[in-house]
Amino acid sequence: MPEDLASNEPSRSQQADSAAEPVVIFNDVSITFDVKPVLENISFTVRHGETRIILGPAGGGKSVLMKLANGLIKPDSGTIRVFGEDVTAMRERDLFKLRGRIGMVFQESALFDSLSVADNVAFRLHEERVPEDEIHARVVEALQFVELEQAIEKFPSELSGGMRRRVSIARAIVSRPDLILYDSPTGGLDPITSTTIIELIVKQRDVTQTTSLLITHRLQDAFLLARNRFNQQTGQMEPIPDGGIDNSTKFLVLNEGRIVFDGTTRELIGTEDPWLKEYIT
Amino acid sequence: MPFVSPEVFAKQKIAAVQDYAVLCWHAIVNIFSGPRYWADIFTQMDSIGVGSTPIVVLTGFFTGCVLALQSATSLQEFGSVSLTGNLVALSMVKELGPVLTGLMVSGRNASGMASEIGSMKVTEQIDAMRALGTDPLRKLVTPRLYATIFMLFFLTIIADAVGIAGGALVSISLLGLNASSYFNNSYRALVYGDVVQGLTKPLFSGFIIATVGCYFGMKTKGGTQGVGKSTTQAVVVSSVFIIIVDFIVSRAMIGIFGR
Repeated sequence: MPEDLASNEPSRSQQADSAAEPVVIFNDVSITFDVKPVLENISFTVRHGETRIILGPAGGGKSVLMKLANGLIKPDSGTIRVFGEDVTAMRERDLFKLRGRIGMVFQESALFDSLSVADNVAFRLHEERVPEDEIHARVVEALQFVELEQAIEKFPSELSGGMRRRVSIARAIVSRPDLILYDSPTGGLDPITSTTIIELIVKQRDVTQTTSLLITHRLQDAFLLARNRFNQQTGQMEPIPDGGIDNSTKFLVLNEGRIVFDGTTRELIGTEDPWLKEYIT
Repeated sequence: MPFVSPEVFAKQKIAAVQDYAVLCWHAIVNIFSGPRYWADIFTQMDSIGVGSTPIVVLTGFFTGCVLALQSATSLQEFGSVSLTGNLVALSMVKELGPVLTGLMVSGRNASGMASEIGSMKVTEQIDAMRALGTDPLRKLVTPRLYATIFMLFFLTIIADAVGIAGGALVSISLLGLNASSYFNNSYRALVYGDVVQGLTKPLFSGFIIATVGCYFGMKTKGGTQGVGKSTTQAVVVSSVFIIIVDFIVSRAMIGIFGR
């Protein structure tokens, strides 16, 4: 049942983490591709249970930042700590173990096109040598969470863009990660499908309180996340009453490889920075 | 193609050699530690070995046919048409069988590996694999390497056999030679060193096909155009390497066995 994801006990590793210690710490991180600086002196932290929305114009280094957080690329300088481990100094072999605690949703879904939806979602579980019966149960559970259990036997080429994103989310959450990285999960989708994806992210946030980083170009998606909550009784996303804002959702705004804002939703709305005011209006 | 300074060009080439060496090293040693992807190895054996059998059989057979036909003209001048069997057997087993099989499998599979892995690279599937805690070298490259080496060895034996059979067909039906004499001469022409030489070459060719195909796949950049470029480069580089290494192995074997 999808609700089972809500009732899953936090993993042992998650329990072991001190709630006070940030899950992700970027400290003075810079990276240059060829001669062009992509990120310069980036420092921020993401605390346990926090949803950090990364906003900014295209080409501002957001996806690079996400790949850095997962150790897929290494920075030229600075350190990145995830769950207390320095991913900039780790060997690839050790990173594979750390990534067992991280789920990632890629910009273009990045589903394995030669595998069925079931095999895509089960990929990590197969790697972890989980028994087949348990794999099937967890795959069905994850697909029910994204409301795609009917597509279990299909191949990625048979799915729409929105369905692929949902499968990608199912693949990211099937191993019950402690941190989820969403790289433009609504990019290139129509507004209705985007709202469906955001609803799933809100559901994941409010049901499991999983720490997450989310990149988006769409301000409406970002504010939808900040101003809504998931009602487990009705199974629907609904606005937080009295114009309330989700306290666990924070913002990081990047422009030309630099942080121009790091703070809460209210601070972002009340900003006096001219560029930022123009960007969010 | 943009012009770059000689220094940048040299650095790029050295970095490419370094990356290729690292890929080869990991592809080889990954088999000695877990996890091992046996199912992927068998799938690749089927795709590379069984899938290449028809082209290898056709190429080997007609190469043997044409070899017999062409050599008979020259041998006739010396009154030695009966030695056609010797010539076909030696040529096929020592040289043409291994090289042509390598080139045909390279054309079919180095391109296939480069395009498949390259497509995965440009659609972020390789990154997704890493993000899901799987080593792409272990999952994609190592199975292709061992499957290619193993299957190319047997494909070469098949090419040698059908090549000699093709030579027999021409010698008997067109040149009027006696079948028993042809096969007897073919058998007598080959010594231990010739067979070792002919069966050592596919081990190197298999290594080249898999590593070059996977290397260009893993280095693919720039969308579908990049995939096309990687595919072309993989076939060109692996074919040239096969011929160069063939020469080196031949020289080494002649040094060892004296023929």
